[in-house]
Amino acid sequence: MRHLLSTATLSRDEATRILDVAEDMADVSTREIKKLPTLRGRTVVNLFFEDSTRTRISFEAAAKRLSADVINFSAKGSSVSKGESLKDTAQTLAAMGADGVVIRHSASGAAAVLAASDWTDAAVVNAGDGTHEHPTQALLDAFTIRKRLHGAASRGKDLDGVKVAIVGDILHSRVARSNVWLLDALGAEVTLVAPPTLVPVRMESWPARVSFDLDEVIADGPDALMMLRIQQERMRAAYFPTEREYSRVWGLDDRRLASLPATTMVMHPGPMNRGLEISAAAADSPRSTVREQVANGVSVRMAVLYLLLAGVSEAA
Amino acid sequence: MAARTVLQHADIARALTRIAHEIVESNRGTDGLVLLGIPTRGVHLAERIGRVLDDFAGPSVPIPVGALDVTMYRDDLAHTRTRTPSPTRIPGAGIDGRTVVLVDDVLYSGRTIRAALDALSDLGRPSVVRLAALVDRGHREFPIRADFVGKNLPSAQSERISVRLTETDGVDEVVIADRED
Repeated sequence: MRHLLSTATLSRDEATRILDVAEDMADVSTREIKKLPTLRGRTVVNLFFEDSTRTRISFEAAAKRLSADVINFSAKGSSVSKGESLKDTAQTLAAMGADGVVIRHSASGAAAVLAASDWTDAAVVNAGDGTHEHPTQALLDAFTIRKRLHGAASRGKDLDGVKVAIVGDILHSRVARSNVWLLDALGAEVTLVAPPTLVPVRMESWPARVSFDLDEVIADGPDALMMLRIQQERMRAAYFPTEREYSRVWGLDDRRLASLPATTMVMHPGPMNRGLEISAAAADSPRSTVREQVANGVSVRMAVLYLLLAGVSEAA
Repeated sequence: MAARTVLQHADIARALTRIAHEIVESNRGTDGLVLLGIPTRGVHLAERIGRVLDDFAGPSVPIPVGALDVTMYRDDLAHTRTRTPSPTRIPGAGIDGRTVVLVDDVLYSGRTIRAALDALSDLGRPSVVRLAALVDRGHREFPIRADFVGKNLPSAQSERISVRLTETDGVDEVVIADRED
């Protein structure tokens, strides 16, 4: 693995390896000294062209726990707002000796462009590109599901036969895309639930079933129910009549929460719109994994940074 | 390629029993002992030594045995392909104030043990740290020596020493061979 751009190219073995290394990283986070010397002397640049405090601090914590030096570069108030191109920015960072670049960009494919270019030799981690992919989010979701199902015996396990329903704004969700590929690679059965207006065209090729009835999917007893955020900032048209109607038909309200099987976990990538796609009771219930997802995010990102940056590049 | 078996099943068992006796002698009993094996084969050796020690101490007080992975502390990480770490398991009572015996299969350059000492200091503060190795083959690159050695095996650096154990390889033996290159 030279870069992490997409989950579509991960095999089951590669994905399991990342999750297993993340288990070791999670153990470190329970110690008194939560730091490893592994990436001492390496530099990781967080290159964020789009706002994301949560993902950025998660990557920052992960890199720092591995003793890497972290440079945060956010587009606001930088040369990017003065019109600098991705190429010039990348070359500047390369000149500063970046070993790894974590990139978040509003354009789908930005991370792949950077990885394929000769602007920098750094390993590239896609931290979200437009509506395309967000691989580390999918990895932390898979890690969270595995951990809830298998606990301390998680190492080496895949997600064979695990039923996962992803509900909401599939159209704009890079989290959904990354999860579909990764969960399929790990053997899970994925169902996407959304209003027809928020289902992307040409998704017959995706390894997932599509349903337009949330109650039917809940009655089927999924192991995990992943509620997606309604991304109002990306919506340029009216995809549903009102928020109240969306919440009633597609949201996880208290009535649906009560009808869930006892073993179903409720997931959300955050930040949540409480009362819209997820009710406060659902977000705070013991079956909610929201806080675990945040903690696991650091472990998974540590694993990715370790695997990309610690050794001699495997492809080189 | 000339391969020669230098230790067989019974030799390994005798060496581990002797190491266990020496640990008890130097520790004046089994109080406060913690055995930490270095993955992969060191962990199995530590478990075997632990079973011998349990026979002395009686079944009611099992000797705590764990695993200490040193991958993240190695000094050659940037020069090899990325290694997949193994889990570290520290027994419930921890290592603070205890006598930790590190167990490894082959003691060679000493770099693994240096990494293990670094890893240990991030986990707690033992009162004493000792080192047990099934085979000491020489060629040290650090001022490190073993307190308990199963077999001193003078070797050339061109030779390869393989410890095989039933748990991982289906057979107990130590083999010395010319490097396959």
